[in-house]
Amino acid sequence: MIFSFDLLVNAIVSGILIGAFYAAVTAGITISFGILDIVNIAHPAFIILGSYIAYIINATFGLDPILTAIVAMPAFYVLGAGIYQIYYVSFEKRGQESMRGLAFFFGLLFITEVMLVLYFGVDYRYVEARYIGPTWHFAGLDIPLRILVPCLVSLLMIAVLQLLLTRSFVGRAIMAVAQDQLALKLMGVDPVRIKRIAFGISIATASLAGAFLIIIQPVEPSVGREYIGRVFAICVLGGMGSLPGTLIAAMLIGIFESLTATFYGPSWAPAVSFGFLLLTLAVRPAGLLGR
Amino acid sequence: MRSDIFFVICLVVGGAVFAAALALGNDYYFFAGYVVLQYVVLATAWNILGGYCGYVNFGSAAFFALGAYSTVALHRLHPMPIPVDVVFGGVVSGIVGFGMGYLTLRLRGAFFAIATLALAVVLQTLIVNWDYVGGSRGAYIVRPESIAPFGSYIKYLFLIMMLLAVGAITVARLIERSRLGYGFATIRDDELAAEASGVPTLRLKLIATTISGGLMGMAGAPFPYYIGFLQPTSAFGLEYAVNSIAMPLIGGTTGWVGPLIGAILLGSLQQIATVTISSAVNLLIVGFLLVGFVIAAPNGIIGLVRKYIRHKPVGPVGRRRVEADAPEPAP
Repeated sequence: MIFSFDLLVNAIVSGILIGAFYAAVTAGITISFGILDIVNIAHPAFIILGSYIAYIINATFGLDPILTAIVAMPAFYVLGAGIYQIYYVSFEKRGQESMRGLAFFFGLLFITEVMLVLYFGVDYRYVEARYIGPTWHFAGLDIPLRILVPCLVSLLMIAVLQLLLTRSFVGRAIMAVAQDQLALKLMGVDPVRIKRIAFGISIATASLAGAFLIIIQPVEPSVGREYIGRVFAICVLGGMGSLPGTLIAAMLIGIFESLTATFYGPSWAPAVSFGFLLLTLAVRPAGLLGR
Repeated sequence: MRSDIFFVICLVVGGAVFAAALALGNDYYFFAGYVVLQYVVLATAWNILGGYCGYVNFGSAAFFALGAYSTVALHRLHPMPIPVDVVFGGVVSGIVGFGMGYLTLRLRGAFFAIATLALAVVLQTLIVNWDYVGGSRGAYIVRPESIAPFGSYIKYLFLIMMLLAVGAITVARLIERSRLGYGFATIRDDELAAEASGVPTLRLKLIATTISGGLMGMAGAPFPYYIGFLQPTSAFGLEYAVNSIAMPLIGGTTGWVGPLIGAILLGSLQQIATVTISSAVNLLIVGFLLVGFVIAAPNGIIGLVRKYIRHKPVGPVGRRRVEADAPEPAP
């Protein structure tokens, strides 16, 4: 193997850029799984749904995918709140979330994927925007704008979410619901309402993450499956429910995947996150920044 | 009923089904029946871990594919009779099941579920990169046209799968009524309390993942002979994962009857829908049935039937272990 310094630096930089995008993809899981303890394995399916919405609007009206995603966020929020309501009434209230709740989300994942296949087929879809195509070169680095733009907006989204969780009343209530529901109830806050809001927010992030995904790579319905292992690996590695931890873990996995893809071939990259997941679970289940 | 008598009865029923399929005189019934029986094995295997212990396995497709690819690997080395492949596939999948369980089962249940989801992706990556078993191009397994006492080869495959289904159901029933089964039930009901009262939970869970994984591998082992050309995408198909979860949940997870009913109903429905409508639509039907049943009928068809017969509400599944068994027929 010919070792090249340039190759190494480029791999690391692109890993960091992709890592920021992974953080945006995982942010929803960090809220739903990490904070609310809802094992929403259907999250990647909602991300793909976001990609397809960005694609439809982009193909028919030529609107910018990120702008479309931001406009679609309230709709995703409502969808998330509705799903949480069903989940709460059917599973959480009956104390059956461990098995049937999981099966419920698996069913949602499956239905979304099959519906997209039925409607759009298995062709790869992509969007068009000004920043897709050009690449910045400087100091031996190649930075494609199609990755840089989602990376920057991802960082912005994580920052906004972090501010929301730590500074606002609702955000603090969300953090509190993770710690002690009963205490929250005694403070006069309805934990179910807070969880509904939080789950709505987690699904709303999928809209934006979906737009990033389709900017970075062409999308077909089953692409979401690759992300299941990755998002949970990042969430666990990041310490379950910590957004800064998620960002660090996402960049770490991004870098390792990018190195693997550069030096061993892209077909091995999916195994990286799984290795990380198993290693974290076996060695340090609390994650990097675990409480 | 004693287990050996039960086994004999199952064999007789299986033999009767085989004879009925022979009487119909069309090989299509063997092709369709093979798939249904394969789902009986997968659903029963899933239920040993999912229904009895309460741990959800999303990686059925991975264990199934492991069994199938063990056969391909063995076939490349030297063509073997299928029963040898079945045992080998079962051992390989059982070991992987054990390893997965060992790494993740010491933590909360959700981690096991997530790890199994990821396992499918990673195993597929490994297989795609492993040229010996065909890689992403796939592998041909040339099956003989006919085999000595059975006539066409599909009858032989059907019979093997029938034996596997009978074996899986007997094992499931045996577990249900043994100390092991009661141990599993304590894990499902309250793992912390079980641990505190001295139930060796980790050991029991590992036994469950090993048996469950092994049976799934056995179900997959004859698959290359059935399909003739094995590709990673067909062996790791999401339909195996979704069906092996949907069938027990729709049938009812507390006993061996549920997965059997679920597999026969859903399996036949899909065979019919594939022929009459399309294969994508029948997967959609499975998805909607799964979501509908877990929301509206958490105890599955068995729960609905029991509710209807007794006119009294069925409590939470986890709390009624002993009554949940199929009623004993009078001797």
